[in-house]
Amino acid sequence: MATPKISIRGLKKRFGSKIVLDGVDLDIGVAESVVVIGGSGTGKSVLLKCILGLLEPEDGSIKIDGQEVVGMRGREREAINTKFGMLFQSAALFDSMRVWENVAFGLIAAQKLPKAEAKKIAIEKLGQVGLPPQTGELYPAELSGGMKKRVGLARAIATQPEIIFFDEPTTGLDPIMSDVINDLIVECVHVLGASALSITHDMASCRKIANRVAMLYQGKIIWDGPVAQIDHSNNPFVDQFIHGRAEGPIRMQIPV
Amino acid sequence: MNPLATIGRFAIAFLQRIGAVAFFASRAVSHCVRPPFYLRHVGLQMMEIGYYSLPVVGMTALFTGMVLALQSYTGFARFSAEGAVATVVVVSITRELGPVIAGLMVAGRIGASMAAEIGTMRVTEQIDALHTLSTNPMKYLVAPRIIAGAAMLPLLVLVADIIGVFGGYIVGVYKLDFNAGTYLKQTFDYLEVMDVVSGLVKASVFGFIISLMGCYHGYNSDGGAQGVGRATTNAVVSASILILVFNYGITEIFFSGR
Ligand SMILES: Nc1ncnc2c1ncn2[C@@H]1O[C@H](COP(=O)(O)OP(=O)(O)OP(=O)(O)O)[C@@H](O)[C@H]1O
Ligand SMILES: [Mg+2]
Repeated sequence: MATPKISIRGLKKRFGSKIVLDGVDLDIGVAESVVVIGGSGTGKSVLLKCILGLLEPEDGSIKIDGQEVVGMRGREREAINTKFGMLFQSAALFDSMRVWENVAFGLIAAQKLPKAEAKKIAIEKLGQVGLPPQTGELYPAELSGGMKKRVGLARAIATQPEIIFFDEPTTGLDPIMSDVINDLIVECVHVLGASALSITHDMASCRKIANRVAMLYQGKIIWDGPVAQIDHSNNPFVDQFIHGRAEGPIRMQIPV
Repeated sequence: MNPLATIGRFAIAFLQRIGAVAFFASRAVSHCVRPPFYLRHVGLQMMEIGYYSLPVVGMTALFTGMVLALQSYTGFARFSAEGAVATVVVVSITRELGPVIAGLMVAGRIGASMAAEIGTMRVTEQIDALHTLSTNPMKYLVAPRIIAGAAMLPLLVLVADIIGVFGGYIVGVYKLDFNAGTYLKQTFDYLEVMDVVSGLVKASVFGFIISLMGCYHGYNSDGGAQGVGRATTNAVVSASILILVFNYGITEIFFSGR
């Protein structure tokens, strides 16, 4: 079997006494789109941040193209990070810069493109996420929540990275725009050959963009399989989650 | 409660903090001297620190020089040493008051804004986003501010020195009836190069401290708006205290032998 693009083994992360990830095992193949589902606060965003090196896991291994990245620092880490594009859950746009400068940031910083050329690509990427060129001249504070999300998405894919992380790409978007974004993610994977790891609570989006689905529960991946099997997983946790039922083995901690 | 244990805990926390700041400082400095350099950012920060602080620093320097002349005149009159006023003004301004007052004013103005800006970027994940866009935030955010701080404060202090001496001159000539020529002569006759140089060295160190504290507290802030508020306060308070501590230390180094 070919080396997976990302290979995670026994990943553990805690904040103080709160254990968030408790031995996560997950592989993402080349040009594969994996969607992680799981309840709010189960550590999905933390998982992405550990892979990106923004959080330091306590234990476990993360290999990118077969190379161990846990504990990697400095120049080496920066070099690895050029492979990634990330859409943050909160978009995390640079609020001191115009929208197009946000999208062009990676092109100028990592690929050393001249400004004019980077701007052209940025405007084009904005078009792909359904934003007109005039939006490029605005500042992030002047955008709606869904528009910010789309700018964040344009920024994540602008450099055509090999690995793209989408943290809730369709949250806050209307159903039609969600579908446009789903198509765009599928295109990134199928046409550009990127490996994608997405997080979503939107099951329609999940079915559309995923090759494989993994469910995170209590710090572990409790189910992992092709998207076609998600309805026949025979896993009560997955069943409850994808049908959004309050009754089932997953108990939301609501103090009585 | 064991009081010794409490003191011990405080001491350990204090030493840990010093270690963390020293580590941050060494990282920041190492990024200041290794490419790539963000020259545009250095320029912007220089404008912000040097140019936009001029009114505040100029005003404080002017009134400090004025009150210094007035106070030393009334004080020295008690032992008929009024003639020393001009010398006292220029020496105190260049050695001490110019750098310290400019440092404290800039700490309030710039230290606070750096901590708030970088702190906000931290809590809104913009610093994380920089990482994912192959940009090292230490190099992109911190290094330009440190360079600009250490480079601009001496210039600012030079201007403050001139304005402060001018303030003393105004009070000396127009209020205390010194002869203008004599006042100027006394100002420059006893002034030594070392007086000015020591003041500028202090200024550069203070500029470094202000930027370092602003960036350190901003960079390590957490907990949303409250955390950013805390970072801002801490940046100003710690920079101000460190300025006074280092001021004593540098004075000791320059002038203790004489
Ligand atoms: N920097 C941090 N410091 C302390 N605790 C944290 C931090 N980041 C996340 N956590 C905790 O880790 C847990 C997982 O957070 P995470 O953001 O990964 O959730 P999530 O699965 O992405 O949820 P959602 O679907 O709501 O985005 C939460 O309980 C949160 O309180
Ligand atoms: Mg999340």
